[in-house]
Amino acid sequence: MNTVVEVENITKTYNTTCAVDNINLSVIKGEIFGLVGPDGSGKTTLIRMIASLIKQNSGKIKVLGFDNVKDYKSIRKVIGYMPGKFSLYQDLTVEENLTLFATIYDSDIRTNYHLIEDIYSHLEPFKDRQAGKLSGGMKQKLALSCSLIHKPELLLLDEPTTGVDPVSRRDLWKMLKKLINFGITTIVSTPYMDEAALCDRIALFQNGRILESNSPNEIIGKYENLLYKVKSYNNYLTLQALRRFSNDSLVYPFGESLHLVLEKNDSGIDLIQEYIKKQNIGLVSFELIQPTIEDAFILLMQTKNSEIL
Amino acid sequence: MKKFRVFVWKEFIHIWRDKRTLTILLSMPAILIILFGFAITNEINDAPIGIYDKSKDELTSKITSNIINSGYFKLEEIIKSDDEIIDVFKKGRIKMIIIYESDFESNLTKFNTANIQIISDATDPNVANTLVNYAKSLVNNFIMIEYNISPNFKIDVKMRYNTEMKGSFLFVPGLITILMMLIGAMMTALSLTREHEFGSMEYLLTSPLNSYMIIFAKLIPYLLIALFDIIVILILGTVVFGVIIQGSLLLLMFECLLFIIMSLSLGLLISTVSKSQQVALMISLMGLMLPTILLSDFIFPVSNMPQWLQFITNFIPARWFNTIIKSVMLKGAGIGNIINETLYICGFIVLFLGLSIFNFKERLD
Repeated sequence: MNTVVEVENITKTYNTTCAVDNINLSVIKGEIFGLVGPDGSGKTTLIRMIASLIKQNSGKIKVLGFDNVKDYKSIRKVIGYMPGKFSLYQDLTVEENLTLFATIYDSDIRTNYHLIEDIYSHLEPFKDRQAGKLSGGMKQKLALSCSLIHKPELLLLDEPTTGVDPVSRRDLWKMLKKLINFGITTIVSTPYMDEAALCDRIALFQNGRILESNSPNEIIGKYENLLYKVKSYNNYLTLQALRRFSNDSLVYPFGESLHLVLEKNDSGIDLIQEYIKKQNIGLVSFELIQPTIEDAFILLMQTKNSEIL
Repeated sequence: MKKFRVFVWKEFIHIWRDKRTLTILLSMPAILIILFGFAITNEINDAPIGIYDKSKDELTSKITSNIINSGYFKLEEIIKSDDEIIDVFKKGRIKMIIIYESDFESNLTKFNTANIQIISDATDPNVANTLVNYAKSLVNNFIMIEYNISPNFKIDVKMRYNTEMKGSFLFVPGLITILMMLIGAMMTALSLTREHEFGSMEYLLTSPLNSYMIIFAKLIPYLLIALFDIIVILILGTVVFGVIIQGSLLLLMFECLLFIIMSLSLGLLISTVSKSQQVALMISLMGLMLPTILLSDFIFPVSNMPQWLQFITNFIPARWFNTIIKSVMLKGAGIGNIINETLYICGFIVLFLGLSIFNFKERLD
């Protein structure tokens, strides 16, 4: 059995809002599966359903062969779940929290110490500090250690890096990568596109739907449009000028420059360049580049939205 | 079992590290018992009164000194004219004024009758009543002895179970009832809703822990604190306020334990229906404390209430416990005398525990 999580036609509504809308996905043993999307796109709801914390309105979820509604007790024995909000006991020290969570699963810190060694070693100097007094990054490291200490088969992480400094983020991801060696499957949600590229496979979420689900490389590979990096002295004026040229063209700020998307056989770039030259906004350079996940996501969003319209 | 132990240990750490709450929980019995014992008392001591003696003869001054020397009253104001009376009351300190008519002694010898008027401040009717009765009986006794009159019949009053009419006999058991409700119900309700509010419940729910373990581990520390408080109240009550425990101490502790378990289960029930600590606090305070204080026979006697209200008191567990604890502590009742009330408490335990287990959600929604 290679599939760890099987999600079939899952829908979840709260009152009248639809949080998750008819989602399908499957997660394979040993991979890091990323749920990528903006806040409120249904990632947390899906993770909670997989963790058996909430029930779906319709559809089926199987976790390691167990039904998330009927066999929730069996699921709870084999998963490690880390909520999006820091929820460890703030008045317990680092070590006490870890001991508590190890004991709950009939384990102890020593048995699975090798799993958390990399990040817990950062925490060890503060092991007598109360968890509430740790910094944001430390808190997340502790939370991850606590969800891992019983060596779960499936690790569910809800935005583990939100509010975490870049160095700690790298540490956390390095460790997630290492978990593959122990056969642990990870489902992680994140709003950050750069983290999406670190996953084995991702599902791009928007408004409770999955826009695309594949490996990051394949998602990028499917990108057939032409993507131009537009550098200029005044991004704002350039953006306005580009939009004036064509209402339909997709152009958006990206880092310190702009990205301009054209249809794959659109040869109008020369016309655009000529038009921009006349706009009197200084030197503007156009460079054909390879898309990132974020570009792919923005394009997918755009096409989905125009389909709806 | 190891899981359970570590969970109880965790609960103790929560309580231990929250020093402010711990201090309140442990010192509350002492503070309350001292407050009730010394400040909130309806026994009469040194009540300030005024005397308006229009006669100023030997007899009136004898009666006055007899009243003052009783210890119940303190002479605060000598009133010299009718106009002063109203002013004195308006100032608010004087609770009662005793007025002798002019020529009091000569009237008494001449006509065999003389008048004393007692005016009292009845803004607090109970206090006014008590003061007037004390004063009346003091004057009557004095006259009887002075003139050697004895009435044709005598009423022999015996104040059983509390010969000295001490308030402490009433409030020591009452305090135990209230504190057990407070610690048991309120603290457990808060501590369980806190897990929901801070999100740690998500961890517990996604773990293989079963809900019974989570719940029972929470009850143990509060059970111990409640027992500690009972012991403090009993010691202070007996040593400082001279309450004598008539019945068996073992039976008393057993009934207390039963009542603690009842209030712990009630706390559980509250926590299963409240989404936040604030809601839990409101329910415990408004929904529990007020009825417990008002309808449990502690301050206001149930037998004086209208029928419908008396009926409602049947659903207040504290009302049954109040009867139990008074009977055992003050009257020396055995289990046979209070078996009905005890069964009621057991019934409440089963009801509340059952409802909370039925209500306990193994999911977030």
